[in-house]
Amino acid sequence: MFLINCPYCGERDQQEFKAGGEAHIERPKQPTELSDDEWAEYLFMRKNIKGVQFERWNHAHGCRKWFNMVRDTSNDEIKAIYKMGEKPPTQ
Amino acid sequence: MRNRYSVFSLIKNALSYHENWQRAWKDPAPKKEYDAVIVGGGGHGLATAYYLAKKHNMNNIAVVEKGWIGGGNTGRNTTIIRSNYLWDASAGLYDHALKIWEGLSQELNYNVMFSQRGVMNLAHNLQDVRDLKRRTHANRLNGIDAVYLSTEEVKKFCPIINTSPDIRYPVLGGTLQRRAGTARHDAVAWGYARGADAMGVDIIQNCEVKGIKRNGDSVEGIETTKGFIKTKKVGVVAAGHSSVIANMAGLRLPLESKPLQALVSEPVKPIIDTVVMSNAVHAYVSQSDKGELVIGAGTDDYVSYTQKGSHQIVEGTLNAILELYPIFSRMRMLRQWGGIVDICPDASPILSKTSIKGLYFNCGWGTGGFKATPGSGDLFAHTIANDEPHKLNAAFNLNRFVSGDLVDEHGAAAVAH
Repeated sequence: MFLINCPYCGERDQQEFKAGGEAHIERPKQPTELSDDEWAEYLFMRKNIKGVQFERWNHAHGCRKWFNMVRDTSNDEIKAIYKMGEKPPTQ
Repeated sequence: MRNRYSVFSLIKNALSYHENWQRAWKDPAPKKEYDAVIVGGGGHGLATAYYLAKKHNMNNIAVVEKGWIGGGNTGRNTTIIRSNYLWDASAGLYDHALKIWEGLSQELNYNVMFSQRGVMNLAHNLQDVRDLKRRTHANRLNGIDAVYLSTEEVKKFCPIINTSPDIRYPVLGGTLQRRAGTARHDAVAWGYARGADAMGVDIIQNCEVKGIKRNGDSVEGIETTKGFIKTKKVGVVAAGHSSVIANMAGLRLPLESKPLQALVSEPVKPIIDTVVMSNAVHAYVSQSDKGELVIGAGTDDYVSYTQKGSHQIVEGTLNAILELYPIFSRMRMLRQWGGIVDICPDASPILSKTSIKGLYFNCGWGTGGFKATPGSGDLFAHTIANDEPHKLNAAFNLNRFVSGDLVDEHGAAAVAH
């Protein structure tokens, strides 16, 4: 269990949040042009990194807004939090 | 030569104060080259090595394990074994495993304490009732024993369940698979390790894989903390760490690794002689031979490799347990732990060749891999030895995420994933 600093509400218990998976997976610009391999890549393949990973979270039981998080999945340490649409921090 | 375990060996060793038992497996240093290397010394990996040696005459093989054997998810699960899956492909896979379980202790000369005490799945709403009835019919068409129980029959089979109609999630019925049950998880790893070792398999513990060496599109060997091992075939059975190994080979997998928790209570006298699972409230419980209640909770929704989980997951499970079994209200929980489970988008496993020649993956078992251990090892050994899947695991290939031919057990499995 950890605390999450919602960019809109401040620090709250993790219980209020819902994880939304890997961040910055861009929706295909031309879906009709995509091959089956490219669809599989977009829909199913994930980095699933042990270490620093970029993810989306939702303050489901709070402001209900989405935001991004940089988190180390090997120890659950949160490195950075930034709003949707902002550029991810460079390490 | 491996001495057999029997009542006579027990008496003989009792007379020498149990100080002269033979080592169950050796502790070898890795050779320079093997015909095949299995990455991951859990139940599935050791079973794979065992069947490679036994059925496919591949004796010059090794299992490399970064910790100690059976120290990962093999030692962290809730030991439930069943095969009442909805889809034909899953039914074939899991019932193949269940049939091997039934003779496993004799085959391995190692007591895996397989106990066919039955597994009951509860229905709490009308949709559950419809789903479970449908699954019962599907099971029977596939030759898997299954019966549908009314509320009264559920109560009769497991009297401590609260079947009163005024609880939040009333019990409307359930299914029962009598051939299902539990086994001792550590014994499965140890039995397969002993059996594989006796046929010449090297089991190398404390040996972490650091890289996979490729020559173009084929495997040449693995870099480990104990040096480079040359091999043309690598079978990866690394559960939660499958993606980590795949990244070393430049391969992408459709997996997410998440913590799954379980807990045990203080030991008490026998009170529940079966396994009861509930999908809707996500709680399942059985009793170990020591007398502890073994309770399985759910997964967290975020990727983590920490082998911990969130408190509210356990709290939610225990709320459900207490409503279904008021008799447990004053039990104390002794231990809680987490394991990292690798979950596929369709919640079915991957037992497959890859785009890299000589690299095979056995992963994606998610929250329910223990039950499949013998079958998974058998089929994965077949896949590695023949470079072709067995017909029972052909549907569980990696290419299904491209073709769209998913084995969608996500909503159909007995508990939510």
